[in-house]
Amino acid sequence: MSERILSVLVEDKPGVLARVASTISRRGFNINSLSVGPTHIEGRSKMTIVTELDAVEQVKKQLNKLVNVIKIVELDPDMTIETEVLLLKVSINKDSQTSVIEKASLSGANSVDVGQDYAVFELTGSSKELNKFEDLMKPFGIIEMVRGGRIAIQTNL
Amino acid sequence: MSKEQLTGAELVIRGLEYLNVSTVFGVPGGAILPAYDPLYDSPIRHILARHEQGAGHMAEGYAQSTGELGVVIATSGPGATNLITPLANALMDSTPLLAITGQVASEAIGNDAFQEAYTVGLSMAATKHNYLITNASEIPQVLKEAKYIATSGRPGPVLIDIPKDILNQKSDWVEPGPLDLPGYKPTLEPNPKMIQQAANLIKNSNKPILYVGGGIIHSKANQELFDLATKFNIPVVTTLMGRGAFPDGHELCLEMPGMHGNYTATTSIQKSDLLIAIGVRFDDRVTANPSFFAQNAKVIHADIDPAEIGKVREAQVPIVGDAKSVILGLIDALGDTKLNTENWINELNSMKTEFPLSYNQNENGPLKVPFVLEELQNLTEEEAIVVSGVGQHQMWISQHWNFTEPNTWLNSGGLGTMGYSLPAAIGAKTAYPEKLVLALDGDGCFQMTCQELITASTENIPVKIVVFNNGNHGMVRQWQKIFYNSKFSASELGHVVPDYVKLAESMGAVGLRMTKKSEVKNVFLEMLKINDKPVLIDCVVDPEDMVFPMVPAGGSNDQIILNEEDLKNL
Repeated sequence: MSERILSVLVEDKPGVLARVASTISRRGFNINSLSVGPTHIEGRSKMTIVTELDAVEQVKKQLNKLVNVIKIVELDPDMTIETEVLLLKVSINKDSQTSVIEKASLSGANSVDVGQDYAVFELTGSSKELNKFEDLMKPFGIIEMVRGGRIAIQTNL
Repeated sequence: MSKEQLTGAELVIRGLEYLNVSTVFGVPGGAILPAYDPLYDSPIRHILARHEQGAGHMAEGYAQSTGELGVVIATSGPGATNLITPLANALMDSTPLLAITGQVASEAIGNDAFQEAYTVGLSMAATKHNYLITNASEIPQVLKEAKYIATSGRPGPVLIDIPKDILNQKSDWVEPGPLDLPGYKPTLEPNPKMIQQAANLIKNSNKPILYVGGGIIHSKANQELFDLATKFNIPVVTTLMGRGAFPDGHELCLEMPGMHGNYTATTSIQKSDLLIAIGVRFDDRVTANPSFFAQNAKVIHADIDPAEIGKVREAQVPIVGDAKSVILGLIDALGDTKLNTENWINELNSMKTEFPLSYNQNENGPLKVPFVLEELQNLTEEEAIVVSGVGQHQMWISQHWNFTEPNTWLNSGGLGTMGYSLPAAIGAKTAYPEKLVLALDGDGCFQMTCQELITASTENIPVKIVVFNNGNHGMVRQWQKIFYNSKFSASELGHVVPDYVKLAESMGAVGLRMTKKSEVKNVFLEMLKINDKPVLIDCVVDPEDMVFPMVPAGGSNDQIILNEEDLKNL
């Protein structure tokens, strides 16, 4: 089973997320990543759902049956720009401080908050890049990490 | 003109009147009480059920017999949870239903208030769509939307949950405006290219079968189906939900295929080279193991719900559209085509002769359900509405009753809800007080919703009920006999209690009983004479009887068990 990315345009109404999520979870499949946000059109939100479904065609049809779902596009990985945001809080001390900040900076992460014994970095990039950054920070002691869910857009019209 | 201020409750009742709702079924309670106040003064008839499940099935029976919206009202918490079964049932059988439930006051939601349940969450997977009202002003528009969603496209249940404070909130009555449903646009007109492709397949087919179901009835396309079948000489199988869509007794009618379908109907599909599937969903009770289903056939699959096409069986020609438009399109595209199906029909006719449905009613032996059914049908001159429960009796009715009109056979096909029969019959009789409405039920089923007999008596809805009393969960017993080495675990109900005649009498109905062949006719005649009260017949039948033909679940439709003898080869 490979990863499938669904881009789902929905009406911005209460309960839409629950309806979409339950349509997928009905089959016992996990959602690897999900992000929801407003679009440039008033009253419309876009969900990006990454899942490993073997019956993706059927699930797409069933999602389409939901009254508040307007359009579903399965994104072609070859023609998709994908990104994700990460916030990572890592512990620092006098010895590690320089090394942590240097490594983060080389990874392209922005330091958004640095305290006495911790630093918070923000990184935007592909899931792979974020995974790599996480691995890089692990030895220093990750205190907390939040990822924003993958978002994607097709490169063609 | 100044606008009239109404309460949310008044908006609900006014809205239902505006949508031409004439009858609602329900049970009141705390949170929905405000709605019952204006309902009292409304011309809408309210039928007070004894349980919300019953109220829901009544609304389903009303909807299934009329093809129009059925409406049910219940209170919050247990009122709403009791509705889940009829909602799920309506979803499976595509019945247009509107459920209105009271909810605890907005500020109490989520606080585990008295009689609070998360109705929208609970019913999400049991409805086509649902709503939580947050402002009384939304009510008229939401009601209009709900009716449209419930009755259009593939019909289904819609629930509207209204907190008590919203029912008391004042708002203007504003006539509902145009619908704004950007995500809901059912495709009714089929793609002409697909129709042409389908017509080409039909022209080149030697052994076509029209495999039709509930979609024909929802679309009111039975006349068009009749024209298509008879003009081009195509045999028809009608699924459990499609019984009556094409008249039994017609030479082209093969009746029901599947697990308990007749030999010819099931085998016709296996031998067919082209399935013209319209308004069906390739249910597992029809296909058995799909890998062995109609292996020689190409498939044209037309349905109003795109999610049905390709779900079970790949279709060479997929058609999304309303059954009536699809059929009219096919008739048009086929034009003057003459199909050479004579040999095919002859083959099927000899199959019918060789493998008829049969039963063996001994003169002094225990009653057999098929015999009783045939006697009853012989005595009923008019076209009755027959409402069944779930199990052996349901299969026997579908096999042995002659259905010639749509909407005259109501049953719980998809969900298989025991207890459906009596309340659904009450719903149908409410819609058609002049028609003969027969609840033909099993004893196990009847015991699940029998309190609705009180509803029938007190609301003056004289349905006629036949309880096929074999003292068992008959179909469970049949499976235990075949697959569990006759270990009858928890399937025996017993013949002793209840005394159905006394039970009927205590509930304001007439109770009759038949136990042997010689009594059948007279007891039925007596039943048919009584029209001012519900009548119940305790029909004591053979507990050992089994439904055949049978294809075990997951088996192949090429291996049909025709009788008890065949079981030895299992």
